[in-house]
Amino acid sequence: MLCTLLLSISALGWQGCSDKSAETGDLPILGERQLVQREVDGQQVTDTVYHRIPDFAFINQDSQVVTSLTVQDKVYVTDFFFTTCPTICPKMKSQMLRVYEEFKDEPRLMLLSHTIDPKHDTVAVLRDYADRLQVSSDKWHFVTGEKDSIYSIAMQYMVTALEDEEEPGGFVHSGAFVLVDQNRHVRGIYDGTDPAQVDRLIRDIPALLPKKKKKKDADKN
Amino acid sequence: MRIKTKLLPLAGGIAALLTLTQCFTDKQNEGERLYTQYCANCHMDDGSGLRNLIPPLAGADYLVNHRDDLACIIQHGQTGNIVVNGKNYNQGMPAFEHLNKGQITNILNYVQTNFGNSNPRFSIQEVEKQLFKCRHLLEQ
Ligand code: HEC
Repeated sequence: MLCTLLLSISALGWQGCSDKSAETGDLPILGERQLVQREVDGQQVTDTVYHRIPDFAFINQDSQVVTSLTVQDKVYVTDFFFTTCPTICPKMKSQMLRVYEEFKDEPRLMLLSHTIDPKHDTVAVLRDYADRLQVSSDKWHFVTGEKDSIYSIAMQYMVTALEDEEEPGGFVHSGAFVLVDQNRHVRGIYDGTDPAQVDRLIRDIPALLPKKKKKKDADKN
Repeated sequence: MRIKTKLLPLAGGIAALLTLTQCFTDKQNEGERLYTQYCANCHMDDGSGLRNLIPPLAGADYLVNHRDDLACIIQHGQTGNIVVNGKNYNQGMPAFEHLNKGQITNILNYVQTNFGNSNPRFSIQEVEKQLFKCRHLLEQ
């Protein structure tokens, strides 16, 4: 049941990541939506309420609190991993590094990686991990927190994350990269282990960043 | 009649040669296949590793300086600080206890002769000898 749901959402995501949509800035809002009826001047109108990532609060590699305010007015890419992961995580991180390098000088884009093993991945462990990846903590937050909050926010991002002793490393998790806009709406889900899908993510991100005012206009006086 | 009997060993030789090369290419493929399955997640498809987290296999001095430890590293994993090409790594590599000596030989030969590496190959006897040194780790 959960599986089919995830699959259909991912399918939507991929459809939304075609070249055409990147050009037009027309990435769909993913997730469940509700139709709400209300009356305006005696007329029935229907509003669509989109799935939105709820408020959150975690701690990053600098022991700083990272909340929904940290990502306010930002576009961000998020994923779920753990530092001792014997399987796909290093590949995901090498792909996330591509996104990092590509948007290094774009302050409106942030990266947010959640550990799903908060027991092992303390602030100090995450600090060491980020240092070894040689990335800056203003741009790329590695966060930990209450286990339940991490697992429940994963569901909000439509990402699978489960504890399972049978799995290598003790956790099942998907390698998804989730693209979230300034209103905390999910705009795309990409396989973070697949360079071609990450290419698409890199092409989709600018569609969510409003074009900067032309220098000419700004200089006008 | 006579010609035929003369040709027979030749045909046999060719057949043997064919199976032999077949066998070699299969082994080569097995090394690559196992590498992709078990190692590439961390060390990457091109053996480049991941910044200061995961050491490279491409051009790694470790493969030469610690040649005698390589089979045991694969079979039993590796923890603690190590230095590869002058950089420190300390992340921990998992054990692959289910791989047999033939598979380990094939993986090592793939690593030693790819990613720009041209280190001497391993024989299965050499791998066997290395594994004998760390066999006590299996009984834990
Ligand atoms: C979970 C990630 C991971 C996987 C999977 C993995 N390794 Fe490693 N490997 C590491 C790390 C991390 C180190 C450094 C260990 C340390 O710091 O003590 C390492 C070290 C090594 C070294 C010695 C250092 C060097 O770079 O030459 C070799 C050789 C090696 N690995 C080969 C392999 C082979 C072959 C496989 C597949 C059978 C494999 N590894 C699978 C993470 C991994």
